[in-house]
Amino acid sequence: MIIKILLITAALGVTVLVLREKVPGQREASRRAAGLLLVVVAIIAVLWPELTTTAANAVGVGRGTDLVLYLLVIVFAYSALATAQKIHRLQHDITVLTRELALSRPILPGGERPPLRPEGPVESSVHRD
Amino acid sequence: MSENEVCVIVPVHNEASTVATTVSDLLQHFAHVVCVDDGSRDGSADLARAAGATVLRHVVNQGQGAALRTGFDHVLRHTSAAYVVTFDADGQHLVEDARRMLERARAANVDVVLASRFTGTTEQMPHLRELILRAAVRFTRMTSRLEVTDTHNGLRVLSRRAIQRIDLRMPRMAYASELLDAIVPAGLTYVEEPVTVIYTDYSRAKGQRNSNAFNILFDLALLRLRATP
Repeated sequence: MIIKILLITAALGVTVLVLREKVPGQREASRRAAGLLLVVVAIIAVLWPELTTTAANAVGVGRGTDLVLYLLVIVFAYSALATAQKIHRLQHDITVLTRELALSRPILPGGERPPLRPEGPVESSVHRD
Repeated sequence: MSENEVCVIVPVHNEASTVATTVSDLLQHFAHVVCVDDGSRDGSADLARAAGATVLRHVVNQGQGAALRTGFDHVLRHTSAAYVVTFDADGQHLVEDARRMLERARAANVDVVLASRFTGTTEQMPHLRELILRAAVRFTRMTSRLEVTDTHNGLRVLSRRAIQRIDLRMPRMAYASELLDAIVPAGLTYVEEPVTVIYTDYSRAKGQRNSNAFNILFDLALLRLRATP
């Protein structure tokens, strides 16, 4: 029974964590720490498998391997969402770069291409066409 | 470009067969046409230039919203135009409608003039497309608090203030909803004008798939959930 609460909380928590990160990299340290913790836990579970059964029973799950499976699902979901988020940010970065390139190399009707222009003032009183 | 002037922005993606005509039609009534070539591979950029447009080229396709945003940034950085007209390259819009909408913007002194085919005229509009668009209108009226009758019309007039305040980031075609949603929170005034939208065999074959409506809804939902970076 406890396991149901834990899993639902984890599922919602993962979604919130991934979607609400305002500045990419602000939780880098926590993520790395969690990763290291996962490695440690994994090594312990491999060396003393009966501990997984103990932990499983403590939260209302019959077998240790089932608990490991549930944990895998949560970790995988987080990993997939975080990767999708990262890709989204990268696509935005590409758009910004593509735009800057387009803006700095306008092709005039006569066919001339002015040399790469540096960022001009935001409000220009002279139309440089 | 003087402060009274207008810049027409035409986003283009593989419209080689219609872009030259669209640009030359526009140039009969408007002095400045800017085509944003969104990664076309059929030579649209050259055709647009030859027809008399200034061309800004996205070397990689980024979507119509991104193309418009590039056009807006160009107008803000390199011109002092007071108004921007967005106009499709595929022949669905009439230059006369754009002219009338611009006059309305000036006369009514509004920031945004939206076009409505449902209070205007449609020619040969496919049935399923009409059903989906009308559903989209109901959805948008509920979510954006706008009194509009057509929500996915690429013909618009936007004041300089409007393009300064609207920040388009949505992928593909969801930008249209993003633009409308931004109007009220940005404190912009708007009116709607009846227009004619013509569905030719070309534009019907090339237009969005109806299933894209699902993608747009999904993108909008994600936008609401995500924190802005």
